[in-house]
Amino acid sequence: MISVSGLQKYFGPVKALRGIDFEINAGEYVALLGVNGAGKTTLIRILSTLTKPSVGKVMIAGFDIPKDSNRIREQLGVMSHSTFLYGDLSAEENLLFYGKMYGVAQLRPRIDELLERVSLETRRHDLVRTFSRGMQQRLSLARAILHRPKILLLDEPFTGLDVNAAGMVTELLRQFIIEGITVLLTTHDIDYALQQAQRVLVIRQGLIAAAEASHRMKRDQIGQLLLDGREKPS
Amino acid sequence: MRTLAQIIAILRKDLLLELRSKEVVTSMLVFALTVVVIFNFVFEPGSAQIKTTAPGILWVAFTFASVLGLSRAFAREQEQGMMQGLLLCPVDRSLIYVAKVIGNVLFISMVELVTFPIMIVLFDLSVGKVFFPLLLVLFLGTLGFAGVGTLFSTISANTKSREVMLPILLFPVSVPVILASIKSTAYLLSGREFAEVWSWMRLLIGFDVIFLVICFLLYEYVLEE
Repeated sequence: MISVSGLQKYFGPVKALRGIDFEINAGEYVALLGVNGAGKTTLIRILSTLTKPSVGKVMIAGFDIPKDSNRIREQLGVMSHSTFLYGDLSAEENLLFYGKMYGVAQLRPRIDELLERVSLETRRHDLVRTFSRGMQQRLSLARAILHRPKILLLDEPFTGLDVNAAGMVTELLRQFIIEGITVLLTTHDIDYALQQAQRVLVIRQGLIAAAEASHRMKRDQIGQLLLDGREKPS
Repeated sequence: MRTLAQIIAILRKDLLLELRSKEVVTSMLVFALTVVVIFNFVFEPGSAQIKTTAPGILWVAFTFASVLGLSRAFAREQEQGMMQGLLLCPVDRSLIYVAKVIGNVLFISMVELVTFPIMIVLFDLSVGKVFFPLLLVLFLGTLGFAGVGTLFSTISANTKSREVMLPILLFPVSVPVILASIKSTAYLLSGREFAEVWSWMRLLIGFDVIFLVICFLLYEYVLEE
């Protein structure tokens, strides 16, 4: 579903990614772990077509970045610590806007279904800026899957969420996995990655330092890999 | 069909946001009215001097007010990464440009529709016969300025000093549009022959087409990191 080979990204003289290779199969739930500045967000930005790669090949759902970017965007749902929701629009208006942008068929019933799923049906007409952070993230998740994407890219989606809100988002993600959506999630939380994801990728100084099934990895082992990355900055 | 739906969706969203916040149109309107009122005190009402300077005052008010609005409109989109949300959608970047230009023309036109009649009364201008040609010039000037302004407001929105950067980038490039708009307005208000007015209006249309086509083609690259 996602195939990355020889991916490099430069920002002037700074090498953010220095040759990334990995593959993610359809329906897999993969967690990407790394310290700040390791290249997680840059990688997610490239996969979500917001940034072009400097060198290397990235294929998503059989389409090439950057050549088929619009085709790829149709297959992707992206969620990050930024919700991409307009505070001065209601929950329903936000979903209507994004639904039109993605050309979602039978948009109204789909919005009703999603608002119910993220438990926001009673707040559908309220402005998003009146929502708590947890409610905004739930609505952001509804926005991300509005167009029935095959792949979800989640960049630190739990940032700023309390335990209850994080639990609700985790439960929603679990349901999406059951439905067969491929998920790539970046996080700092090693325990979460080991418990929830099927596979863990560790990114260190712009390179994949480890890629293993989560049951084969130990917390201390990942911690050491992350620590090594921090001790030897490039 | 989907293309049109996407343009309408962006436009509808921008209008709805402005309707709720009123920050773009209000700031532009206050600025434009202030300029017109200040100049009204400088010149004697109905004097020959005011008739010759009125076109310049009019376009100074509209262009400077537009810069305020253009800057704010894109700053709003950049805040909390909203522009990225738009860029994640499967939409051609040039369509975002088209929707933004239409939106900006609408916002500036709202300001013009309020300011222009007030200026006619305060400056005692006689526009009876040339009212509709004047509206056309206002539209063409606004279209050209908004066309270039949309591109440059996107560029400057990514810089730290966007409020300063936008006028520095925008005014030198849009001089031909502003000049042709002022000349067309001046010739119309002074009752010159249509052939003379038309020569400036043709120039204005020409610059509008050139600027809009270039900006349309460049917009994708402006949005790239």
